[in-house]
Amino acid sequence: MSATPVSSRRSTAFKLALVVVAMFGFGFALVPLYGAICQLTGLNGRNPGMYLSGAQAGRERRDEARTVTVQFLTSVNGGGPWKFRAEQAQIAVHPGELYTVNFVARNMLDQPVVGQAVPSVAPWNAAVHLHKTECFCFSQQDFQPGEEKVMPVRFLLDADLPSDIDTVTLSYTFFDVTAQALRREPSASRANRS
Amino acid sequence: MAHTHADHAGHGHVHDEHAHGPERGIMRWIKTTNHKDLGTLYLWFSGIMFVIGGLMSLGIRLELFHPGLQYMDPETFNQLTTMHALVMIFGGVMPAFVGLANWQVPLMIGCSDLALPRVNNWGFWILPFAFTLLLSTFFLPGGAPAAGWTLYPPLVLQTGNSFPLLIFAIHLMGISSITGAINIIVTILNMRAPGMTLLKMPLFVWSWLITAYLLIAVMPVLAGAVTMLLTDKYFGTSFFNAGGGGDPVMFEHIFWFFGHPEVYIMILPAFGIISTIVPTFARKPLFGYASMVYAMASIAFLSFIVWAHHMFTVGIPLAGELFFMFSTMLISVPTGVKVFNWVATMWKGSMSFETPMLFAIAFIFLFTIGGFSGLMLALAPVDFQYHNTYFVVAHFHYVLVPGAVFAIMAAIYYWIPKWTGVMYNETLGKIHFWWSAIFINVIFFPQHFLGLAGMPRRIPDYAVQFTDFNEISSIGAFLFFIGQFIFIYNILRCALFRKGLKPAAARVWEGAHGLEWTVPSPAPYHTFEDPPQEVDTETPWVAGHPAVAH
Repeated sequence: MSATPVSSRRSTAFKLALVVVAMFGFGFALVPLYGAICQLTGLNGRNPGMYLSGAQAGRERRDEARTVTVQFLTSVNGGGPWKFRAEQAQIAVHPGELYTVNFVARNMLDQPVVGQAVPSVAPWNAAVHLHKTECFCFSQQDFQPGEEKVMPVRFLLDADLPSDIDTVTLSYTFFDVTAQALRREPSASRANRS
Repeated sequence: MAHTHADHAGHGHVHDEHAHGPERGIMRWIKTTNHKDLGTLYLWFSGIMFVIGGLMSLGIRLELFHPGLQYMDPETFNQLTTMHALVMIFGGVMPAFVGLANWQVPLMIGCSDLALPRVNNWGFWILPFAFTLLLSTFFLPGGAPAAGWTLYPPLVLQTGNSFPLLIFAIHLMGISSITGAINIIVTILNMRAPGMTLLKMPLFVWSWLITAYLLIAVMPVLAGAVTMLLTDKYFGTSFFNAGGGGDPVMFEHIFWFFGHPEVYIMILPAFGIISTIVPTFARKPLFGYASMVYAMASIAFLSFIVWAHHMFTVGIPLAGELFFMFSTMLISVPTGVKVFNWVATMWKGSMSFETPMLFAIAFIFLFTIGGFSGLMLALAPVDFQYHNTYFVVAHFHYVLVPGAVFAIMAAIYYWIPKWTGVMYNETLGKIHFWWSAIFINVIFFPQHFLGLAGMPRRIPDYAVQFTDFNEISSIGAFLFFIGQFIFIYNILRCALFRKGLKPAAARVWEGAHGLEWTVPSPAPYHTFEDPPQEVDTETPWVAGHPAVAH
C-alpha cells in the first residue's frame, strides 16, 4: 500500500468530520431516547402522565382481595419557600379502585411564587401501574403571598401490579420555577399575581 | 554528532531540493506544521500541565495530611480536586499521547508528515487558550469550578462566574482532540509505506488508530452534554432540571457514555507503547500480535456498553445492574489477553533492564493491580459499599499514574534518543524509576484501605481513625513529586543542554525494530519524503520481527 492521493485523504477527513457531527447530534438524540425509555418502563419512577379512562380499558378491574399500602412522601427542593405535606402519610388501597388524597402546600414568602411538583414512584416497576386522573403535578401551581393550597390527587393502582409488591411509595418534590415561569410568559404571570 | 536540531535538517536521506530547515525564533513554533515540532510542543505543554496538576494534588494531600481543616476552606479543596482532574486528564495525559502520536506515527508508518499539517498546528494552539481560560477561573470571584470533573447537575449549575469559562474550555479541548484524532486516522489509513497492510502496522500505530476512533465518537457527545448544561444555566432549558421536566440522572448517562470510552482513550496508547518496548528489551517478537489488535478492538467496543457501572447506586433496576456488571467484567478478558501476551513476550527472552523496560514492567504489574480493583468495583452488590470512597480514587490512580503516566515516561525514555540525538543519563533514569515506583505505591496503596474502611472521596476532613494511612499517602505524594525533578533534569539535558552527551545511534536499542530506527538520530526535520522501500514480504513492520534487523 502506498500513500494515496490528496483527494482520498480529503474524502477520509470529510467522512470522519461527518461522524463527529453525527455524534454531536447523537448526544442530543439521547434526550428524547432517555425520555421514551423512562416513560415506557417507568425506570426513573416517572409514570405515564394523566390517566384517560376508556383508552386504558381493563385497568379498572377490581381486586378487592388484595390490599396494597401506598405511602406519600413530600419534599421541597433546595430550600424552596413552601411547607408541603400530605394529609395522610399512607393509605391501604385495593387495585382497580379510585382514591383521593389531599396534599397541602403553603407559600412561606410574602411574594408570589410558582411551583412545579415532580412525582416519582418506587419501586420502579410499580410506576407504570399507578394512574392519576387528577394531580397538581400536571401543571405549574401559582401561589399568592402566604397562600395555602389544598391539592387533591386522584389515582388508582391497576390490577396488573406485580404480585410481589405490597407497598408503593408516591413522592412529590416541589421545585421553585418562578424564574422560568416569568421568562416564559411575563405578561400572563404578572396578571395572575396582581 | 554535536549538531543542533536545525543543522541536521539539510542532511539525512531526504531529497535535498525539498529539504529546508525550520524557521528561526519563536515564529517557528507558532507557524510550524511539522509533525516533529508539533509533537515536541504537545509534549512540553503536557509536561507543564503535569506540573500544575501535580501542584494541585499536593495541595489536596497537604490538607489531608491531618484530620480537620488546616490550610484551606472546603470550597478551595473542592476546586483543587475538580481542577486537578480536568488538568491532568485533558491537559496532561491526552496531549502527551497526542504528542507521542505526532512524533511517532509518521516515523513508524514511513510517511513525511500527518495528512493535515495545518489542522495539526491549529489543534495544538487551541490548547494553551483552553487551559488559560480554565486556569484563569482561580482568579475569578467565586473561584474555580468545584463540582467535580464529572460536572454533575444540579451542583455544577451552582458554579459562579467560572461556569461559562469551564464550558468553553471543555469545548476547545474537545475541538483540539477531535481534529487531532481525524488527522491521525486519515494519516494511518492513507499514508502507510508500501507493503504495510493494516495487520503489519506497529502496535503503537494500531493503538492510536483505535483511540482516535473512540475520540471522534465520544468527544462530540461530551460537547453536547456541556452545551446542555450551558443552556440549562443561561437560556432557560430544562435538560437536567427536574422542575422543568428534565432529569439530572440523564446527565450521568450522557456523561458516562462519553466518560467510559474516555478512560480507554487514556490507556490504549499506553498499551501500544508497552507492546513496543517489551519486545525490544526482551529481544523477541511480540507474542500474539493479532490477538493484541483484536483485544484492543474488543476493549474499544465494550467501552460503549458499560457506562452505567459508574452509577450503580443511582437507582437502576436489577436487570440493568446485572447487564452492566457482566459487560464490565467481560472487559477483563481482552485486557487479560494483553497482560498475558506481554508476559509471554518476556518469557525466555534475553532481557535487559534499561529505564524504558523498567517502566514497562512496572506498568504491567501495577496496571494489573488497578485492573483488579476495577474488577472489584464492577461487582454491583459490593460497589454500593465502594462507591464514592477512596477505594475508587486508589483504583483509577493505579490505572492512570503507574498505568498511563508510567507508559508516557517509558515512551519518553525509549524515544528521546531518537528525538534529540543524545542518550539520556541511564543512572538517573534508574533512580527516577525506583523512586517513582516505590512512592507511587506509598501514595495510592493505603488509599485502598481508607476506601474499604469508608473514607469518602472529595472531602477535605475525615474521621481521626483514617489519620495514619492519610499521612503515609501524603508523604508518598510529596516524595513522588520531588522525584520527578530527576526526570525533568534528564529531559532538559537531552532536549536543551546536549553538548558533550553521548550521541545516539540510528538504531538506539539493540533489539529495536521498525521504520523509526532506519532514520538517523536525531530524526532529521524531514523524513520519508519518499516512501521507504518494501523490506520483506512477511511481517517486517511488526516490532520485534527478525526481518527488520539490520
